[in-house]
Amino acid sequence: MEKILTKNVGKPNSQDIEVYLGGGGYKALEKALGMKPKDVIAEVKKSKLVGRGGAAFPTGLKWEFTRRESAEPKFIACNADEGEPGTFKDRVILLNDPHLLLEALIIGGYAIGASKGFIYIRGEYYREIETVEKAVEQARTKGYLGDNILGSGFSFDVQLYKGAGAYVCGEETALLESMEGNRGCPDCRPPFPAESGFLGKPTAVNNVETLCNIPAIMINGGEWYSRIGSPDSPGPKLYCLSGHVNKPGVYELPMGITLRELIENHGEGVKGEFKAALPGGVSSCLLANLDVKLDYKSVARAGSMLGSGAVIVINEDTSIIDVAKNTMEFFARESCGKCSVCREGTRRAREILTRFANGGGKAKELDLMLELGEVMYDTACCGLGQAAMNTTASAIRLFREEFEQKVRK
Amino acid sequence: MVTLTINGKQVTVLEGTSIMNAAKQVHINIPHLCYLEGLEPEYHCRVCGVEIEGEPRLAPSCVRQVSEGMKVQTNSARVRRARRMIVELLLADHYTDCPTCERNQTCELLKLAFELGVKEIRFEGEKPHYELDETSPAIIRDPNKCVLCGRCVRVCHDVQTVSVIGFVNRGLETMVSTFMENGLGNVECTNCGQCIHVCPVGAIKEKSAVDEVWAALADLEKHVVVQEAPVMRASLGEELGLPAGTLVAGKMHAALRRLGFDTVFETNFSADLTIMEEASELVKRVKEGGVLPQITSCCPGWITFMEHFYPDLIPNVSTCKSPQQMFGALSKTYYAEKAGIDPARIVSVSIMPCTAKKFETQRPEMADSGFQDVDYVLTTRELARMIKEAGIDFASLPDEPAEELMGLYSGAATIFGITGGVMEAALRTAYKLVTGKELEKIDIEPVRGLDGIKTATLNVDGLEVEVAVAHGLGNARKVLDEVRAGKSPYHFIEIMACPGGCAGGGGQPIGFDMALRGIRGQTLYAEDRQLPYRRSHDNPSIKKVYEDYLKEPLGEKSHHLLHTKYTKREVV
Amino acid sequence: MNVSVWKTKVDEVLKRSGKSKETLLPCLEVIQEACGYIPQEAITYLRENLDVPSIDIYGVITFYGMLTTKEQGKYVIRICDSLPCYLNKSDGVLGVIEKELGIEAGETSADRQFTLEVVPCLGLCDKAPAMMINDKIYGNLTEQSVKKIIAELNC
Repeated sequence: MEKILTKNVGKPNSQDIEVYLGGGGYKALEKALGMKPKDVIAEVKKSKLVGRGGAAFPTGLKWEFTRRESAEPKFIACNADEGEPGTFKDRVILLNDPHLLLEALIIGGYAIGASKGFIYIRGEYYREIETVEKAVEQARTKGYLGDNILGSGFSFDVQLYKGAGAYVCGEETALLESMEGNRGCPDCRPPFPAESGFLGKPTAVNNVETLCNIPAIMINGGEWYSRIGSPDSPGPKLYCLSGHVNKPGVYELPMGITLRELIENHGEGVKGEFKAALPGGVSSCLLANLDVKLDYKSVARAGSMLGSGAVIVINEDTSIIDVAKNTMEFFARESCGKCSVCREGTRRAREILTRFANGGGKAKELDLMLELGEVMYDTACCGLGQAAMNTTASAIRLFREEFEQKVRK
Repeated sequence: MVTLTINGKQVTVLEGTSIMNAAKQVHINIPHLCYLEGLEPEYHCRVCGVEIEGEPRLAPSCVRQVSEGMKVQTNSARVRRARRMIVELLLADHYTDCPTCERNQTCELLKLAFELGVKEIRFEGEKPHYELDETSPAIIRDPNKCVLCGRCVRVCHDVQTVSVIGFVNRGLETMVSTFMENGLGNVECTNCGQCIHVCPVGAIKEKSAVDEVWAALADLEKHVVVQEAPVMRASLGEELGLPAGTLVAGKMHAALRRLGFDTVFETNFSADLTIMEEASELVKRVKEGGVLPQITSCCPGWITFMEHFYPDLIPNVSTCKSPQQMFGALSKTYYAEKAGIDPARIVSVSIMPCTAKKFETQRPEMADSGFQDVDYVLTTRELARMIKEAGIDFASLPDEPAEELMGLYSGAATIFGITGGVMEAALRTAYKLVTGKELEKIDIEPVRGLDGIKTATLNVDGLEVEVAVAHGLGNARKVLDEVRAGKSPYHFIEIMACPGGCAGGGGQPIGFDMALRGIRGQTLYAEDRQLPYRRSHDNPSIKKVYEDYLKEPLGEKSHHLLHTKYTKREVV
Repeated sequence: MNVSVWKTKVDEVLKRSGKSKETLLPCLEVIQEACGYIPQEAITYLRENLDVPSIDIYGVITFYGMLTTKEQGKYVIRICDSLPCYLNKSDGVLGVIEKELGIEAGETSADRQFTLEVVPCLGLCDKAPAMMINDKIYGNLTEQSVKKIIAELNC
């Protein structure tokens, strides 16, 4: 498959605007600026592109909703606060091809009618922040950012926001809260950011990887894009492979390859014997079946979620209780603490799992945790709390005997 | 209008209505914990979740707005399971000393757990063990009981705009605290105590003086004098199980005597005195071109707020002490002299609807009698507990008057207890001072009621006197910003820190219900109408104290005992 | 703390982005970067300039892992314990670091050389187990390699 998202990765000085322009960069922007904004959106809708941050919402629709709002000004925010354990794909783009992202962001701004865009990059990405800052400067100098871009009459600028170490800020409403100078606690939706986002104004929030599909869609058309990979959720996907594999890394592959293909053909196999994998980071449910296709629908049918595409492989030597406990320590720390159910639920699940890990579990606590998972899904405000029990609940469902062995006799 | 179905019943409500409020219209109460009428919903607790047909998850009904054709279930098995588990989780993290907890009669969490049928707490684990915040002379915070509903944070930020408490840390370490965890006593807390009213559990309470007062009452060496704030007559009964708004002045005096207080006086007496001084001050400022607008100084919450946030307005604030402190100073001078008691033996106790009074009485400058003028402050709640502890059948007590010397009062004093009352009382007397005539229309309606800011114009001998009344510090800010900007059209402004004025004071029966605060106010207006004297300057005991002791308003003795000065305080 | 260290940088941010609450996080970040922590006088300065109550600023600082009001060591070691690193034995590496430095996670050494923090995923899962020391990345850690890394910083 021809690379779309990582086509420039590996080129010398790929982060430089000259190199980017040499490879046909900013042609998509030129083309988009020659179209009507609604036609840009129509093309994106035709592509069937869905968000790659985890929620898999159709991008074209999100842009349409934002454009349709009457309030002004409008904003577009790029979510580069990648933090889901096992996810390291956005960093590859930020570091190697920042102009691809900028070009996409400008097109997005044009499509929804925004004059200002933001890129919210997690604070630990020092080099990536520096690279994007430079790219923004270059784009300004070349006239891709600023007033009257390429003589189109469209003006647009970009501001960078640095995260400060809070996983939950990757949730879009928390991200906006953070930009507004608040604690990064998610807001209730509806209203969605498309209606009421940054400073209460209509805001499209898109993940880095999502946006980076846009230039190719502009150049080649939505129709072309929709034929790549899985027909249900087309396009390329950046799979982040980590855990017990011989060659961890970010792999751009057509949506819908199987877990087995990813691990064996690209990751050079499991370190040890395969036990299970998380297809969408620690917010997803464990899969024990290697033949699941890694597209949104197939993974959902198999009882999990593709999320950001963070595939974490776990071998036979690993205690599944330790895996669950590790994820729960993560969520208990990273919960924003606002919703009672998430704050207290993760706290108690963590304690129960710790007792199981030490051989002091109680049999009835297994069903209690399953119930807790369902209640958290039902009532937590944001994706963090709704999904926090996924790994644990799936571990109990798939490997119940392992837990039962750790029940205090 | 939007039509939806709740539990199979159709209901039509205004667009923008929350599901919770729509449900009320079909007589369904959706259980909740962090939601409180009067505060913006912030959906922390997740208890109020409801099922909406076609949606994958439950929606928080406090904040979720209705939409056309929506089908809501508030009592499905799924909803009940979620509610129970959430309350169970909150209880698992709650320091449950319920039998001895301040709030065991008024705890919303306890009530919820019972009503939702939580029978067992299945989650075992660590309980919180935070240090108590006892840095404030008025308010104690116990983070071990806090359920992180955020109501106190909202009332402190949104209603009072004092903003000294907030959420800190993240995840399982999240807590409500003060800047740098320095404690309420070390930040610009006004001690208004509204946070106590909104707290659903026992995480915030007043610093009690009950034991100290019991000890003083038991001490034969001590002569214990007591004063009761104007609004006490309208709220003490309520705290003791009588209908809200029952007028209990006489029973209160009787109860205090039965508790062992040696002399039962009235803060209402010193409220009349305050009016004599404050109205004279206003007339002087107007006549002599002094700093205007003059702003009232009865409310210690407002005074602390001013010293922190508006110290530049110190010249505008009346130099009159509050009625509590005027009383305190006179109790150990005038009264001591008249009764022939060594003031060192006098213990001066005040019964207040207020937590900030506990702070006020400890201000170093409040010792003009040569002693701490007021020794102990008890809130409405504390006095009610003492009455219960003593086994006094309050409802059956006879009505008894307070002792005349410092216990006789006018209707003007009684209405101090509700927003606008001080203004009305002052105008009644100021009119007389300027014109030599009595104000005919004595009920000044425009300054009554619960609007956040009220204004009125009164023609006083050709001078159009412009006045404003603000209650709740957020409302006060609006009026004060005008003064600060030099754009204030007013001559006289009344400010009370608590929404509703003293009727809603931080020491009152627990609750944030404005309507209830209004009912207490109506009781005061009713007493005002039926009292023989309705103007402070008509009170015979006031005439007597000036004749026998103080000589004249703003005179030397008054200046020494009844007036004070203010200090700029830092904002941290 | 020399005030000029952070004040110039904050003033730059305020000039560029305006005196509004949306500038709070960028301001806190430059202070943290300049001082290694956020001194109380800097919070006062932000309160005055952004009109945000101190408690709210404090609430924001304590929410974010990279901001702190406590003085940090010269080297801030952030070691990841999220699942990909955990599966690759980050706990063993952490144990070695704790032993080498004589401090536990969350602590700063007495000589203010090191602060050790256990942090969630750093996006270095292809180099697990991984850590950052200040802004520098260290991956594929082993018990031996961390000893060497710390020894080098110590001299």
